[in-house]
Amino acid sequence: MSFSIYSENQFSWTPQTNPWVFSEYSMMWFKSYRITFACLSRMKIYRYPWTRLYGTSQTTVDSSEIKTFVALAHRWWDEQGVYAPLHSMNDLRVPFIRDNLLKTVAHHQPGKPLSGMKILDVGCGGGLLTEPLGRLGASVIGIDPVDENIKTAQHHKSFDPVLEKRIEYRACSLEEIVEETAETFDAVVASEVIEHVIDLETFIQCCYQVLKFGGSLFITTVNKTQLSYALGIVFSEQIAGIVPKGTHTWEKFVSPEKLESILESNGLSVHTVAGMLYNPFSGYWHWSENTSLNYAAHAVKSMRQEPPVPAGFVFTGKTEELHDKDSINPGVQEELKK
Amino acid sequence: AAPAAAGRGPLLSCRRWSGAKADTLYDVVVSGGGLVGTAMACALGHDIHFSDKKILLLEAGPKKVWEKLPETYSNRVSSISPGSATLLSSFGAWDHICNMRYRAFRRMQVWDACSEALIMFDKDNLDDMGYIVENDVIMRALTKQLEAVSDRVTVLYRSRAVGYTWPYPFTMADSSPWVHITLGDGSTLQTKLLIGADGHNSGVRQAAGIQNVSWSYDQSAVVATLHLSEATENNVAWQRFLPSGPIALLPLSDTLSSLVWSTSHEHAAELVGMDEEKFVDTVNSAFWSDANHTDLIDAAGSLLQSAVAFLKPTKVSARQMPPSVARVDAKSRVLFPLGLGHAAEYVRPRLALIGDAAHRVHPLAGQGVNMGFGDVSSLVRHLSAAAFNGKDLGSMSHLTGYETDRQRHNTALLAATDLLKRLYSTRAAPLVLLRTWGLQATNAVSPLKEQIIAFAS
Repeated sequence: MSFSIYSENQFSWTPQTNPWVFSEYSMMWFKSYRITFACLSRMKIYRYPWTRLYGTSQTTVDSSEIKTFVALAHRWWDEQGVYAPLHSMNDLRVPFIRDNLLKTVAHHQPGKPLSGMKILDVGCGGGLLTEPLGRLGASVIGIDPVDENIKTAQHHKSFDPVLEKRIEYRACSLEEIVEETAETFDAVVASEVIEHVIDLETFIQCCYQVLKFGGSLFITTVNKTQLSYALGIVFSEQIAGIVPKGTHTWEKFVSPEKLESILESNGLSVHTVAGMLYNPFSGYWHWSENTSLNYAAHAVKSMRQEPPVPAGFVFTGKTEELHDKDSINPGVQEELKK
Repeated sequence: AAPAAAGRGPLLSCRRWSGAKADTLYDVVVSGGGLVGTAMACALGHDIHFSDKKILLLEAGPKKVWEKLPETYSNRVSSISPGSATLLSSFGAWDHICNMRYRAFRRMQVWDACSEALIMFDKDNLDDMGYIVENDVIMRALTKQLEAVSDRVTVLYRSRAVGYTWPYPFTMADSSPWVHITLGDGSTLQTKLLIGADGHNSGVRQAAGIQNVSWSYDQSAVVATLHLSEATENNVAWQRFLPSGPIALLPLSDTLSSLVWSTSHEHAAELVGMDEEKFVDTVNSAFWSDANHTDLIDAAGSLLQSAVAFLKPTKVSARQMPPSVARVDAKSRVLFPLGLGHAAEYVRPRLALIGDAAHRVHPLAGQGVNMGFGDVSSLVRHLSAAAFNGKDLGSMSHLTGYETDRQRHNTALLAATDLLKRLYSTRAAPLVLLRTWGLQATNAVSPLKEQIIAFAS
């Protein structure tokens, strides 16, 4: 049943209809990101009414799938479990965020270096990155389209009175809160999210809108290279089981060059791009010169106004189709890049 | 298990712990207010990344009130290595010690009673090898620094923990993730990390079910404060290995030294019971008498010695004699039993062991409290980095870093000390020969001695 919805929404997914993909994990992951896509499609409808509408059926989450959500939702906080690589990634991403934010302030309170900062964690999942940021003193809002993830995150922070005060979770997508939170955040964190988003351009624009002037955007994601296919998909998902099967789709990976161009064209000036490498034997991440697998980026909002809207309108239809065409044929995008 | 997370709101009180809502939640609780436990609480309290954290120190005994430094020296002293001194100065306790009293020593002579072999440790540069400080002085300095951070560190005296409840692994959604501690007066508290510093009979370690390898030595240590016959520079630490056990003389002042004599239980009881004159004579003859020498060993020893002198003509270590003792302080003779202990695991989720709770060692190398202070240094370093990264303090990821760090060092030292104790507890000729030659050879190889000093610092 979900089959047909995919083929309507994203024509590219035909390569994905291999039987092995539809294990329980992939059902859950595809479902949760289908919700995101549905929201994004709706948003597209409002802003660009002349773009083609792909029938989006409302999300009626299957009761059988609730169990899958719950089963996996509990796994977020097992440091040696399925999400262990994300836990150990905190050793890189928290200092990355913290140090770059500390550069923007003259003094900071010892013990609470990020106090006074408002941070948005998009796609927070179970709150793995949200909690350390809260412990460092920031006021954090964590959002995730999957209800169960938010429930797990709420439950986990409920035991710690300090975190209860500093962190707020909401089950929604970024577009839904753009209006009410325009220009309110000192930092937006989108860690391991953009490789699951269908419309990166819009996503970045929303990030731009919610950031204060001079605010920072932190992104960590996977590069789109042959190496990332071999190691990130084939090895990690299918062979070694480091990442649950079906979590990622290679077509949706974003190269640093593409990300940089989207960021720059949307008023965010890129300060840092750094490669990250995971050692599956030790379980630790390391910074690296090499960005061909995972990488982190830091960009700062540096243009006061949005890029002129009419220009965007004229080209959007084409860019949307361009994106769609890209997703049909991944090879094309590579050629386009060259 | 029912998917509890789906239906209910945040869990504040659970059927297991009623009143959990009212419990204070601490970031770190240190159980045991001895030298190592107090140093831990102090170091965390002064750490910059712990500025907004709540720390609690639980001590079973009463608070010691000091008006001023007593004139008589205490009989319990510790040899503080330079590394430990660095730790103590990192949070300002060393300055207090300097203002009270301590004795630096520059040289250490260790020799055998059964032969002429000896080893002399000294630093070529004018650095101190170590410091002899009374335990009471160290405690006083630590307590003063603890009071300086009383906004972050709370100390509960006369509080003994009687029960611990450990957190379930993450999958039990309904249960509190913290460690719950019940005190003797019935009150309870919760903590994100429990540090066990409660000595070699650690209640924390037993409650956690951590395996402990331990055995008692057939020895007790006798300590006393001795008055020397004449005032000397007194900056040398002396230790002689008698067949019954090592006897050590540690400098306290120009006229005073501290005695630590490990010997059999019967002999120890005898020493503590005998009258003062006889005791003084026994101590002097223990250091000076050559009654245990045998011709065979003497001949073998001088053979190697001439070989060494031939190869390294410049270095000559003649055996020096320690100062002679005139009297002993009244009521300063005390004995306590000795043993070895080592915990199989130093850490569990939300639990870390430091000091004697993790390892117990023979005093012959003067390393006991230094190993404990080394544990404090390492754990504070790991916890500070974790706090600056916003990590959950009880997370195993950095606790295992501390465990690996310290187990490597402590296991080696424990094994070496035990080996030395056994090697020197015998009169059997082959072993005496082995250790004589071994000691002489080690004495001749300066880089090796430097390594030993570095390891024990």
